[in-house]
Amino acid sequence: MTRYVLSRLAGLVPTLFLIGVLVFLFVHLLPGDPARLAAGPDATPETVALVRKDLGLDRTIPQQFVRFVDGVLHWNFGRSLSTKRPVAEEIAERFMPTFWLTVWSMAWSVTFGMAIGVASAVWRNRWPDRIGMTLAVSGISFPAFALGMVLMQVFAVDLGWVPAVGNDDWRGYILPSLTLGAAVAAIMARFTRSSFVDILGEDFVRTARAKGLDERHVVIKHAMRNALIPVVTMMGLQFGFLLGGSIVVEKVFNWPGLGRLLVDAVDMRDYPVIQALVLLFSLEFIAINLVVDVLYGLINPAIRFR
Amino acid sequence: MNATLAPAIDAAAAEHVRTPWSEFWRKFRRQKVALVAAVFVALLVVVAVAAPWIVPYDAENYFDYDALNAPPSLAHFFGVDSLGRDIFSRILMGARISLAAGFISVAVGAVIGTLLGLLSGYYEGWTDRIVMRICDVLFAFPGILLAIGIVAILGGGMANVIAAVAIFSVPTFARLVRGNTLALKHLTYIEAARSLGASDRTILLRHVLPGTISAVVVYFSLRIGTSIITAASLSFLGMGAQPPTPEWGAMLDAARSDMLTAPHEAIVPALAIFLTVLAFNLLGDGLRDALDPKIERR
Repeated sequence: MTRYVLSRLAGLVPTLFLIGVLVFLFVHLLPGDPARLAAGPDATPETVALVRKDLGLDRTIPQQFVRFVDGVLHWNFGRSLSTKRPVAEEIAERFMPTFWLTVWSMAWSVTFGMAIGVASAVWRNRWPDRIGMTLAVSGISFPAFALGMVLMQVFAVDLGWVPAVGNDDWRGYILPSLTLGAAVAAIMARFTRSSFVDILGEDFVRTARAKGLDERHVVIKHAMRNALIPVVTMMGLQFGFLLGGSIVVEKVFNWPGLGRLLVDAVDMRDYPVIQALVLLFSLEFIAINLVVDVLYGLINPAIRFR
Repeated sequence: MNATLAPAIDAAAAEHVRTPWSEFWRKFRRQKVALVAAVFVALLVVVAVAAPWIVPYDAENYFDYDALNAPPSLAHFFGVDSLGRDIFSRILMGARISLAAGFISVAVGAVIGTLLGLLSGYYEGWTDRIVMRICDVLFAFPGILLAIGIVAILGGGMANVIAAVAIFSVPTFARLVRGNTLALKHLTYIEAARSLGASDRTILLRHVLPGTISAVVVYFSLRIGTSIITAASLSFLGMGAQPPTPEWGAMLDAARSDMLTAPHEAIVPALAIFLTVLAFNLLGDGLRDALDPKIERR
């Protein structure tokens, strides 16, 4: 197992390196002079030159890259151009609201998605399946921002059951996590269903039925375990989807998280913040996939020993 | 007697010639939902193409100041927005933008992805390693994040959004086609083609590519739905189409401030996006059921 984890980690090195290069080059791909952007539109040429030296932009590209990697390793992403505060501080403040939003969305959507998927597979082509799959295909077709606006209008404005914006208490999490998780629940339901339908057609399931086991036993004990393997992988991939989706949902609900920080940063052309956030989002996604791979190896020894 | 039987036998034989196309049609037409979705998509395409000639009002430059935020009526089927523009006309013109964005981005992604997938699956070795590594990196960015990164560099606007969505469609198709190519290239008919002296190019384009097409078609339809949502999301975030362009996502963003007094301004574009994406997804599901040989077995 240790060897498997180590080999997975080693496999990440080139990916991490390429992502690092891309995020680093981001500044140089921007139209215009980054030093002028950082110094502001009214800065004199002397100030711009000073800023250039300060940001290390006067050195060669490889030197700059080393400096960038060194900064990242020391959690130093420079200062925000709009607030002048260290980027790491800005991110730290916004991290937890997004983290909890993602976790709650994942929790409810996976639970419901898998339940719907299993029910649809077991009662295939009957009414639970039809209702479940209609809900699911609607879920992947309804854009999150529209869903958020509808939920907010109905449950916060018209009915007044929950606050419309803000994350002061747990009730503030209800609508944003419903909105963010809806598409994931739908994808999980569709995926679980097809995985289950495949497994229910296997010989060992027929054998289990033939030897007289009751259906509940067959589904829970024999089918569930095998069907869940691909579902776990899918779950990991959905985390990335949630990270991306949070950007949109945070705008709808005025959520004080990383997504809104990114949108604002793009508006203000605040490139140190954009750079750090893109890096952070990618690292999170990679870390989650690594965890999923390791879990996968734990569930299925055949992969570990390949 | 023979003379009367022969045409009947011929007709029966002709009916039983199973071309891939007739097989597909036989299975596809049994799926009523997918058929309806296909008709809806066809209608949308017609509307999108004809939009400039069939809109009752100019979508951007007609302002009815006496009917600001007016609800749907006979004069304005979907009502009027806060600037006095006819929402029906804007939705029709918006169909053009959304369909073009979805179709162009996925088409570009599918062509590049399929080519890369064919090459890396067929040659393996270092070509394969490089292509798959690039795909890994592209996969490491959640789609919308990549798009935001690209918009941050190139600036906002629909063309850049389309480019961004195309880029993150590439790895999906590349992986899909690579997998199919790896499976196909060891089959006997490919070996036979090679032993006859067919060039790599002929083998890839004439013999391997057709075998991967059905999977590409299914993904194509499903990806268009996703791409339309992504493009609309970016416009909603203010990074895609800019006002006064009648893009559906941008229209929803503009409607946010009038949700209380004029909910139709948000409901109409939301439904437009939903129904369009739903149609592409249902069509994709139907295509998959008709094209996937695994389904028949069950």
